[in-house]
Amino acid sequence: MTFLRFALRRVAEMAATLLAASFVIFGALYLAPGNPASFLLSGRSASPEAMKAINEQYHLNDPFWEQYLRWLGQVVHGDFGRSIEYRTPVSTLLGSRLPSTLMLVAMALLLVVVIGLALGWIGAVRGGMTDSSILVTTTLAVGTPSFVAAVLLQGLFSVKLGWFPSSGSGTGFAGMLWHLTLPAIALALYLIGMLARVTRSTMLEAMGHEHVTVARSRGVPERQVIHRHVFRNTLGTVLTMGGLIVSTLLICTVLVETAFSVNGIGQLLDLSTTTKDFPVVQAVSLLIVGMFMTVNLVVDLLLPLVDPRVTLGTRGVSA
Amino acid sequence: MTDTPAGTPAADAATPETPNPETPTLEIQGLRLNLPGAARPVLAGVDLTVAARETVALVGESGSGKSLTSRSVLRLLPPGAATEGAVRVQGEDVLTMNAKQLRRLRTHTAAMIFQDPRAAINPLRRIGDFLTESLRLNADLPAAEATERAVRMLDAVGLGDRVLGQYPGQLSGGMLQRVVIAAALMGDPALILADEPTTALDVTTQAEVVGLLGDLRDQFGTALLFVTHDLGLAAAISDRVYVMYAGRIAETGPAEALFQRPRHPYTAALLRSTPHLDAPAGRLAAIEGRPPSLREELTGCPFAARCAFATQQCREELPPHLPVRGESSRLVACHHSEKLADQLAGSVTHD
Ligand SMILES: Nc1ncnc2c1ncn2[C@@H]1O[C@H](COP(=O)(O)OP(=O)(O)O)[C@@H](O)[C@H]1O
Ligand SMILES: [Mg+2]
Repeated sequence: MTFLRFALRRVAEMAATLLAASFVIFGALYLAPGNPASFLLSGRSASPEAMKAINEQYHLNDPFWEQYLRWLGQVVHGDFGRSIEYRTPVSTLLGSRLPSTLMLVAMALLLVVVIGLALGWIGAVRGGMTDSSILVTTTLAVGTPSFVAAVLLQGLFSVKLGWFPSSGSGTGFAGMLWHLTLPAIALALYLIGMLARVTRSTMLEAMGHEHVTVARSRGVPERQVIHRHVFRNTLGTVLTMGGLIVSTLLICTVLVETAFSVNGIGQLLDLSTTTKDFPVVQAVSLLIVGMFMTVNLVVDLLLPLVDPRVTLGTRGVSA
Repeated sequence: MTDTPAGTPAADAATPETPNPETPTLEIQGLRLNLPGAARPVLAGVDLTVAARETVALVGESGSGKSLTSRSVLRLLPPGAATEGAVRVQGEDVLTMNAKQLRRLRTHTAAMIFQDPRAAINPLRRIGDFLTESLRLNADLPAAEATERAVRMLDAVGLGDRVLGQYPGQLSGGMLQRVVIAAALMGDPALILADEPTTALDVTTQAEVVGLLGDLRDQFGTALLFVTHDLGLAAAISDRVYVMYAGRIAETGPAEALFQRPRHPYTAALLRSTPHLDAPAGRLAAIEGRPPSLREELTGCPFAARCAFATQQCREELPPHLPVRGESSRLVACHHSEKLADQLAGSVTHD
């Protein structure tokens, strides 16, 4: 019951935020310098009649509120308008490009979670030289921006060694896997370092809690102590961090897709921003914001399962 | 681990595991403990015994080494700690046990009750899990039997099986300390170590918990080492008392004799600083000064700097533990114990 109310409140909050975001996204383009009609004509001069026709087709002379509400009404029905550049419905465009991005983000997320948690865990539990070398490696990873990582990976693994293609998205599951491996690594590197460091420090902090000593004092085997009382207690932090990780992946995918010419929605956003293809920019922005919020919603809803104190309302007592 | 009389339901009632009744349940001999960065041993040769079914109190001001002494019984030592001497539980030296023997000691032979029950239980796990985990994870008992035993132990501490499914955040401090006591009883231990088990509780709950501990000790036939800075509590629950100061035993003896006629100035000072039934609280005399820091090296009697009776000898020579004349069960480490006997006894009763 409490959980249901909690969930409903979060969903309502998300809907409200999404509405606000849609307003900002639409408004930003409305306020952007330059006249949309002149972008539509790509700089060519046009007769006043042609100008008028364009203004009418895109309702550019209507008051802002009318334009916004009309757009919102269409968006709610899944209609994001037509792309100016590609002259196809924006939703078709998104549909064809979404799989690459989702696959890329999923691969990167898997790398981040598996490697990041493993490195953090090993560093915290082993200590000593192992810990120091992990710290150095993760510092390096955190200090490397994803576009630099992209260039380095391309240079080494596609140009020099020829193991992986340097661009494109591939077809079929295996083809995509092969094409997206380097982009996924480039995308994941920074976040692997980040998650490893957070996991390590959270586990070290958790090890200092008295209940860990108590578990040892009761003869619980050391591996189980680490598993059940140290790592288990970092899951809340890791989950919260996970929301942040997915959000970062969604932003950074724009850079990485561009660097590796992956035909995902990140690359689409980059291209349509330069060509002022505003229906596409609006749709992709809204989609990314929507995914952001969905991820945060999922994190919020999972948190009470991981940490019973969230629903009990006593969170903040030391873990 | 086939020789597990402790896990079986029949072993609930007191079945002494000691083959030889002469062997003390706990025997600490010459325990010295060095910590990195300390100028002197934190424990400087502690001797302490607890016989089967006996209750012994370990008292002293905060920082005197009581917790380290009781934790060493389960070999829960701070990182970098170096030990000398022996800590034998039922005749076996804890300090030289291998990992498996140590786990067995901790699950079945000796159990500890900690000061703050809210810190002692993982807030993210259910009470049922806490109670049964040690027995389940050491494969000593199947989960169902462990839970059955948990229900019985909860009943023994006056809690219903409802709490099995609850989280620590849903219980009060007093209930949690009962849970911790039930957990200590899960492996049917021969020895319970209680390290200031009531300090974190409110006054009424304190009395309940101490009463419960006494009852369970009798019912289950366990020996009890009760660590406290509260002399009143020590007197109420224990047969014998050890008074500890700066990592050393200052004085030991039967509770009544020691509190009626203290033979060490530190014991007398502690008594004067403790609320007493027949002394109004206003007349409490806090002990002047502070216990010596671990950064100081000590020569002579550790208490000399705070002692009103200290002489040159006290500052130069470490007093040995000597039997009190006429009271064979008492030991005291004070150069002037004989001379001060009447004065100290008087200071406690007439003050
Ligand atoms: N983990 C530790 N690391 C360093 N010093 C410690 C540690 N535990 C205890 N000590 C020191 O050892 C001394 C005795 O501590 P403790 O046994 O906890 O005393 P008590 O329980 O009598 O209050 C204190 O001076 C304390 O600062
Ligand atoms: Mg203590």
